[in-house]
Amino acid sequence: MKSVSFSKIIILASFLILLFLPLYAGSYILHVVIIILFFGYLGSCWNIVAGYAGQISLGHAIFLGAGAYTSTVFFLKIGLSPWIGMWAGGVSGILLGLFVGYLTFRYGLKGHYFILATMAFGAITKVIALNIDQIGAAQGLIIPFKASFSNFQFVGKIHYYYFMLFMVIGIILVCAVIEKSRFGQILMAIREDEEAAESLGVNTFRYKLMAMVVSSFLTSLVGTFYAFYIGYIHPDTLFTPFLSIQITLIPITGGMGSVFGPIVGSFILSPISEITRGFLGKFSGLHLMVWGVIIMFIVILIPKGIIVELQDYFHKAQRKKLKE
Amino acid sequence: MSSEVILQGIASGLLIGGVYALIAIGLTLVYGVLHIINFAHGAFLVVGMYISYFLFTYLGIDPYLSIIVIIPALFIIGALAQKIVINPLIDTPPHICVFVTIGLGYFLENFFSFAYSPEYKNIQVSYAHSIISLYEVTISVTRLMTFGLAILLTLFLYLFLKKTDTGKAIRACAQERDAALLMGIDTKRIYVITYGIGAACVGAAGAFILPFFYLGPYVGHTFLLIAFIVVVFGSMGNFWGAFLAGLIIGLGEAMGEIILPSAMKELVSLSIFIIVLFFRPQGLMGKS
Repeated sequence: MKSVSFSKIIILASFLILLFLPLYAGSYILHVVIIILFFGYLGSCWNIVAGYAGQISLGHAIFLGAGAYTSTVFFLKIGLSPWIGMWAGGVSGILLGLFVGYLTFRYGLKGHYFILATMAFGAITKVIALNIDQIGAAQGLIIPFKASFSNFQFVGKIHYYYFMLFMVIGIILVCAVIEKSRFGQILMAIREDEEAAESLGVNTFRYKLMAMVVSSFLTSLVGTFYAFYIGYIHPDTLFTPFLSIQITLIPITGGMGSVFGPIVGSFILSPISEITRGFLGKFSGLHLMVWGVIIMFIVILIPKGIIVELQDYFHKAQRKKLKE
Repeated sequence: MSSEVILQGIASGLLIGGVYALIAIGLTLVYGVLHIINFAHGAFLVVGMYISYFLFTYLGIDPYLSIIVIIPALFIIGALAQKIVINPLIDTPPHICVFVTIGLGYFLENFFSFAYSPEYKNIQVSYAHSIISLYEVTISVTRLMTFGLAILLTLFLYLFLKKTDTGKAIRACAQERDAALLMGIDTKRIYVITYGIGAACVGAAGAFILPFFYLGPYVGHTFLLIAFIVVVFGSMGNFWGAFLAGLIIGLGEAMGEIILPSAMKELVSLSIFIIVLFFRPQGLMGKS
């Protein structure tokens, strides 16, 4: 009981710190925290299908890319406000999630085969995006900067910051609800033993597909944020396996299948990534070399992620106390 | 489309297919024995290419000859990597091992970008432009040599697996890990050796393609994806399956190059991949 209230205090304190952060943080710090929140959000989306349902997708960047491209193309071609384009992007995410999920789950791809299939979808999407002239092909798309609320373009970073904070709070609530719901329980049952779940009458195909679609929809929503925050989208940066892998590493560091795991993971991993890039970026390749070493260290030392390992540790300690 | 173009396509497709086969055999061996998807495989190719490049540029050693250095060097690098970073995780869920090999891949690739140069390079061997004409088909000598040596190395590896005690132990591990352990085979040692062999195969392939391909820290990505396709197509863990699939994918790519606009040729192998995954995930050689 004690540890529960303790973690509640931590959550409340970090929420308050984040809420008032723009008052005293400089532009660079704010940028780093925006990136942390952004990847924490993406990690949480991935966590729904991978952490809870146990389906390790290595192509999640395509959903982000679909969201980004949809709203940007609508904005550039017919001047549709990104606030609406965001939902159009969400629809594209749903469709793409249905497509990938239906094919992979319908044909019963599991484990290594599922990982490879999602990776292949990522690679195909990239080749296709690079060859469609209407969406900029290999030139990418540049979004001209005209600051206004309806254009989702703001001077300074505060607006972006609060948008991302709002989204992160949203995804935490969504994940918390999923975890407690029957839906979430079934996903976890599928993760632990799919055949057992099936023999109990669960339509595992339907539930895995639902998890995939929820995840792809939520992922594609922030594609719009990415496009308008950076101001430039390109297949090589959006549909790259590197991005997909980065998304997956966040919950792996923090703890898969836990509500706060991806957020904690992002607070550990994203600053390391940003700072090493900032300081070591002038030596070509060095920051990625360091990044590789960090990944290996994390996976070897805390394969279940920080939160889950800590929970295990406390559970063990508690059990020891009870025995005494 | 004339028959000439098609014949030319078949020839060049088969020739590059031999290299794909060698790369994929290393990957399929590692999968068959260790049951991990080795994302660092492409990085070992890059390591092999760079060593070959240095030997050629600074010592004037022919890239085809350089495999005498590269095979042992890559074997040691691979074996060490397995012992240090992969062995601690061998019994964790499959995706965890995936990420440690991804980290290893980043480390190896970017090492050369940092320590040497991130720029693309290529080498000029004296016979780079020699060709052999056969009826209407012209074949470059470098590609032919690459193909021949790749096949030779594949055969050599096959004999090693078939005849030697270590080879037999590796096959035993691939077939039934626990039984192999009960028969007194040191499975941990076999893992180290197998991973080393996998790295040596792909490293040698790196040296073989250097005379007609460009070199850069990230060229491994393309080959890694192709290797995955070949390995799944030829049934994961199956030696001759990977060999056959390598040739087929090489052919398919060459045909795609003739039919499709050049930017889309990747779609051929990727489509084969997706179709195989859905309709025959057990691959060419697998039992349904």
